[in-house]
Amino acid sequence: MSEILLQIDGKEVGATEGMTLLEAARKVGISIPTLCHHEKLEPYGGCRLCTVEVESRGWTKLVVACVYPVEKNLVVRTRSEKVDRIRKMILELLLAHAPDAFALQDLAKEYGADKDRFEKEASFCIHCGLCVRYCAEVKKKNAVGFVDRGTRREISFIPEIAAKECWNCKECFPLCPTEALQAAFVLTKALFSPPHPGPEPRG
Amino acid sequence: MARLNSPEKLEKVRQKILSRRDPNTPCISICAGAGCIASGAGEVIAAFKAEIEKQGLQAGVNTRETGCPGFCERGPVVVIYPEEICYLQVKPEDVPEIVSQTIKEKKVVDRLLYVDPTTGEKATHESDIPFYKNQVRNIIGSNIKIDPKSIEDYLAIGGYSALAKGLSRMSAEEVLEEVKKSNLRGRGGGGFPTGRKWEESRNAPDEIKYVIVNADEGDPGAFMDRALLEGNPHSILEGLTIGAYAIGAHEGFIYVRQEYPIAVENVAIAIKQAEEYGFLGRNILGSGFDFTVQVHQGAGAFVCGESSALMTALEGRAGEPRPKYIHTAVKGVWDRPSVLNNVETWANVPLIINKGADWFTQFGTERSKGTKIFSLVGKINNTGLVEVPMGITLRDIIYKIGGGIPGGKRFKAVQTGGPSGGCIPEELLDLEVGFDELTKAGSMMGSGGMIVMDEDTCMVDVARYFLNFLTDESCGKCVPCREGIRQMLKILTNITKGKGREGDIELLEELSEVAGDASLCALGKSAPNPFLSTLRYFRDEYEAHIKQKKCPALSCKELIAYHIDPNKCQACMICLRQCPAEAIAGGKNRIHVIEQEKCTKCGTCFEVCPPRFGAVKKISGEPVPSPIPEDARTIVRKSKENE
Amino acid sequence: MDNERIDQIIDKHQCEASSLIQVLLEIQSENHWLPKEALERVSEKLQVPLTRIRHIATFYKAFSLVPKGRHEIHICMGTACHVRGATRVLDTVQDLTGIKPGETDLELKFSLETVNCLGCCALGPVMEIGGKTHGKMAPAKTADVLKNYE
Repeated sequence: MSEILLQIDGKEVGATEGMTLLEAARKVGISIPTLCHHEKLEPYGGCRLCTVEVESRGWTKLVVACVYPVEKNLVVRTRSEKVDRIRKMILELLLAHAPDAFALQDLAKEYGADKDRFEKEASFCIHCGLCVRYCAEVKKKNAVGFVDRGTRREISFIPEIAAKECWNCKECFPLCPTEALQAAFVLTKALFSPPHPGPEPRG
Repeated sequence: MARLNSPEKLEKVRQKILSRRDPNTPCISICAGAGCIASGAGEVIAAFKAEIEKQGLQAGVNTRETGCPGFCERGPVVVIYPEEICYLQVKPEDVPEIVSQTIKEKKVVDRLLYVDPTTGEKATHESDIPFYKNQVRNIIGSNIKIDPKSIEDYLAIGGYSALAKGLSRMSAEEVLEEVKKSNLRGRGGGGFPTGRKWEESRNAPDEIKYVIVNADEGDPGAFMDRALLEGNPHSILEGLTIGAYAIGAHEGFIYVRQEYPIAVENVAIAIKQAEEYGFLGRNILGSGFDFTVQVHQGAGAFVCGESSALMTALEGRAGEPRPKYIHTAVKGVWDRPSVLNNVETWANVPLIINKGADWFTQFGTERSKGTKIFSLVGKINNTGLVEVPMGITLRDIIYKIGGGIPGGKRFKAVQTGGPSGGCIPEELLDLEVGFDELTKAGSMMGSGGMIVMDEDTCMVDVARYFLNFLTDESCGKCVPCREGIRQMLKILTNITKGKGREGDIELLEELSEVAGDASLCALGKSAPNPFLSTLRYFRDEYEAHIKQKKCPALSCKELIAYHIDPNKCQACMICLRQCPAEAIAGGKNRIHVIEQEKCTKCGTCFEVCPPRFGAVKKISGEPVPSPIPEDARTIVRKSKENE
Repeated sequence: MDNERIDQIIDKHQCEASSLIQVLLEIQSENHWLPKEALERVSEKLQVPLTRIRHIATFYKAFSLVPKGRHEIHICMGTACHVRGATRVLDTVQDLTGIKPGETDLELKFSLETVNCLGCCALGPVMEIGGKTHGKMAPAKTADVLKNYE
């Protein structure tokens, strides 16, 4: 396959067709922050943290590195005033949900994100989708999925499938950047397997 | 009906249909669009049929249930041919008179005619009514002339002649060139050059391609596509088939919103009829070109109007948009080249092929050619669908066609482009309507919704309304949209409730930047527009809400109080009796006083106080005057000599 | 709704996974809601993961996972209707029926939902019940309209 030459942060990079900007950057040791990305999963483009500036044919635009395909003569800037502002705001919006999430702490320090910028939100799921996608694409069990849309969107286990599969698997647990997944599983387990015959579980 | 397997056979059939129709036979056309049906057109239609039978006129009088001509506010709309006498707001009780007077005696029923609100002049013919007179109804004009459930009606007005011409006398490339030459730009909101989109798909290296009609029409306040799809479904099918031919697609989809049941029904009937007559299916009109169409219903999600989300929905998934770094014209449904265009865009295609790109380009401006159908709604006298050439000023649309603002109120702004658009204030009313002009002013053309607002509309509330809409409709996948507009809504809601703080505007602007720049799709990217445009032109309203806790439009419930002026109150007891919260103290000859703690701000007293008294006032940003002392509340009626 | 009827609907759409939304729309239209068993049957026959079906059933407003009342009241909250006072019509209907959008009353008589545009914008505010559209609604008129529904 022919090599595609592009420039990332001033460095010349030789990439192959079909590579994303994220892959090309990692090839030359340039790190771009991500949250919803995972090597074993299809790129998702949900967290937008990997937003970078690209210049092609005289036009500058903002794109997400995990999805955008490499292009000949593309000029990429992984840091800039605008990019930094966007990443800071995304982190602050997520910190309103999960202020203590380990995956967010270092990034918050680097970009100066204030975890008290916004009022705390009730749910600490940040919708990275790693659990849902891992269960669908890698384990192919589809035990957990998204429900609803917009601000009401949540992850939810299917009790019957989870009862069979999850107890011995739990491979998605370490993927979760917050503890939302574990919390959802515990709740589901409590609902679908009452400890002894008695009144119907509430909920 | 045997399939028509050549253009010549089609013309023979068309002539036969026309020869069976006498243009002088009286025909009563009643609009059966969703709007008129909601106003009782169903009963009017039944009444006409019954009356004609009663008077034994079936042989010489036709009735026709037609598509929507767009004058919905004055429906049910009835037009009597051949004279083209137009009656408005017709009720079943009017029917016997219409049949006796107009049909039999050729006399006009005066009281059912249109009356100009300013001059009082009446208009007899459809073409005299100012609402219609100042429009250029190239596309929607056909609606009142046909029964959408009758393919013969469509053939009688020249239907499918463009398809015949394209398939038999033009190559696919020539059809594409003609559409490119016309400079037709997408009518769904993006305004992307249609010919260029078709060309991209045509050149994409894939055997299987798709064409799609976007009939999701999610913009609240817009109903042009409803009228077109309900009222003239065959014109859309014809345009779609021509497009498929030009691109090389053999399968098409019509994605129609399930909130439009009449449109769903009529397009299904049209497809069946087209298949019967041979306008769809294999070897259309003997050209060797095959094309089939399927209908997919939406299921209640505004985001599915976005092209990549729509395609995801067609695949049977939740309508989450996809990144469009590679155009959907190249990789769309199931990663195949897919051309998606709006209903109105497809409706323009047969006209362009029949009359030519040169005819089309005589309408409009340099960069916005042709006509556009707008839905003119809100605080305006003549509400409905208007089709005008691009380049007409907003002032002409609102005043000449729309008849101005009702109730003597002052115009404040016109909102265009739906939740992705913005508000245009009075000082820009002479703006010439076009894609680029509206974008420059901070709004956008959008699908064509044009919502007129007057002095009683609070612009901060308008921004809050759209953000509320978008938080409900966002797919929720990406952070800038899901979280960004959630926070924007919170702040705007607080501002309308008097809880705004210094720094709110700046924070809203920061959130607008993130959502506008980093969102996955156009819903998120354009979500800040209503806020940004109202801030640009009505910043004083934002500052009044935040700094003075005042709503200048006297609209935001938490910031207004109702007060009865003791000098004007005549103790008529009307408001007292109607107050649902029983919050008005008073009695006969005792001045009424609103007990503020009990008042729920429903506004009933304000509405029912007789205009000649006008005693109920709305107050904002200042304390309510204390109630006058109990003993001063008795009204002493002046005797006649002292008056 | 029995499995036989569900299978009929699925077969009508050539048992294709891409027709999932159309299949669910038909079940919803006939049954007025989507019971868990129906979703499981569809998942089995169309070979589609239940998570995807559940996402669709909750993503799109047309579907309901709980039984609805005999009469579904839809109040349009589109811009044109909003500007003409749709919020006050909604408030009044809430007071009269005792339920909020998304809820159904205890007798399963009325369900209330807001809708984002029915396309009758020139007649705002608009309220639709069981296929019949009522235009030019005002808070004072709602009681009369609702009275006609048993």
